[in-house]
Amino acid sequence: MTERTLKDRAAIVGVGATPYYRRARSLPQTTNDLAIKAILAALDDAGLGVNDVDGFALYGGSFIDVSLVAQILGVPEVRFTAGLTGGGGGSAGSIGLAAAAVATGMADVVVSVLTLQQANMRFGASFAPKAKGGVGAYSAPTTPESVFASNAGLMAPGQMFAMLVQRHMHLYGTTRDHLAEVAISTRNNAITRETSLMKDPLTREQYFDARMISEPFCLYDYCMECDGAVAVITTTPERAPDLRNDPVYVMGTGHGGAGRWGQAITWMGMPDEYFTSSGHRPSAQRMYDMAGVGPEDVDVALLYDHFSGMVLLQLEDYGFCGIGESGPFVADGNIRWPEGALPVNTHGGNLSEAYIIGMTHVKEAVEQLRGTAVNQVAGAEVALVTGGPASIPVSGLLLHR
Amino acid sequence: MTTTPGLLPSDFVSFVANEATAPFWRATAEHRLTIPRCTNCGTFRFPPAAFCYVCREQDVEWVEHDGNGTLYSFTVIRHAVIPGLADALPIVIGVIELPNTNGCRLIADVIGVAPEVVEIGMPVALDWYDVDEGSVPCFRPRA
Repeated sequence: MTERTLKDRAAIVGVGATPYYRRARSLPQTTNDLAIKAILAALDDAGLGVNDVDGFALYGGSFIDVSLVAQILGVPEVRFTAGLTGGGGGSAGSIGLAAAAVATGMADVVVSVLTLQQANMRFGASFAPKAKGGVGAYSAPTTPESVFASNAGLMAPGQMFAMLVQRHMHLYGTTRDHLAEVAISTRNNAITRETSLMKDPLTREQYFDARMISEPFCLYDYCMECDGAVAVITTTPERAPDLRNDPVYVMGTGHGGAGRWGQAITWMGMPDEYFTSSGHRPSAQRMYDMAGVGPEDVDVALLYDHFSGMVLLQLEDYGFCGIGESGPFVADGNIRWPEGALPVNTHGGNLSEAYIIGMTHVKEAVEQLRGTAVNQVAGAEVALVTGGPASIPVSGLLLHR
Repeated sequence: MTTTPGLLPSDFVSFVANEATAPFWRATAEHRLTIPRCTNCGTFRFPPAAFCYVCREQDVEWVEHDGNGTLYSFTVIRHAVIPGLADALPIVIGVIELPNTNGCRLIADVIGVAPEVVEIGMPVALDWYDVDEGSVPCFRPRA
């Protein structure tokens, strides 16, 4: 029997994206239009065509209808179509799912894609209850579980993650200066990139003058609400070397989380030992075990940054510093590009480049390992990509060149 | 719609329930805070759920709690993320840990205190937010 691992049994061979837009500005394109443009760009990047595609590995619904996209594109035969449950926490893990498909022979060329258009919905209020008479149309239906949060007015992801970071500050002395370091260092990476929606430098004064949204998070602790699509093409290690660009190999991956992490931010009942975490500890360990490396081997980290403070908690859960030590770790300049020991979100992240629910992080990891990134980490050989913090699943992906 | 500063405007409050959660809201309508405890293994669970997460049995007894708890974490809402919230702001939303319930926590508004002085570990006492269809637990600082 073959060893049960995905290590080096799949490779990313193509990445592609649409332009990124502020919320609703991608109209009149549809979400499927955006997805297809990204898929075609990623196939072109790989030197492949639609006739090569036979699989889809998605997450969070990915907002595409595979049946319609395959029909519009004229995919010869779909042999694999699956998605991770949950939401944005599956971004990195969707590549693990693609790797599982090609490693087991279920498909050869697998598309992962995330397309997003926030014209008729807003992630910023994604758990908002509808008022009587239908006000608050952005939200999901109220459920017997969700009212235990929404009746207190807890209805926005930023408010929910603020709870975790607030307690982290209380337990470990983490400060708003530490959050500012994440926001400012990420912005510094965005300003050099044509693709970024936020190209102006962010000063410490601007950060502390900004309005509070949900304490301790101010405006600049939040990612943006965006439109756009990013696609990634995964294939077998046998096929990968003959394609247009250097392959980037899947080294390790994991997704999921402790059962009692559960819905996490919408129930707040997580055990005390990991309440102030990103939920990533169990899957991070499985990912490292599969890869046979540890945090000291990671050259660049693309950490899902919907909120500045959750970058801190991931730095701890992925072992780059001790639990509770992420504040001083970033204060020492460790996450800055190019001089830091662990450059983080060299593409400007969800916070400052664009929020395409984590898929820009996969694209950046591939570009870093090809050596073609705008903000290139010299000699980068191993890249970490994460999806979430979120309810189950969260996910991680280690790639190497 | 009734808007009281520091509390979710009444039109957004919902009592949608299922068999597992309905007894909780029936009790709150009578200003009683009750937490379900597994009759098999004695584990409290919250929010109410149809199965015990320790022994997977379904039967519960509803144990009344005095609502004296401590603030486990909180956030202060300064921005109206949906229309209709602006007049209620700021809202202090707390995660309240209830003693003697193996760590059960409620998400509830904390009223009667300036947001600037709210801190984790603060003792809180139960109060009630009454709307037309029922009552929602909220909390105040406890001496």
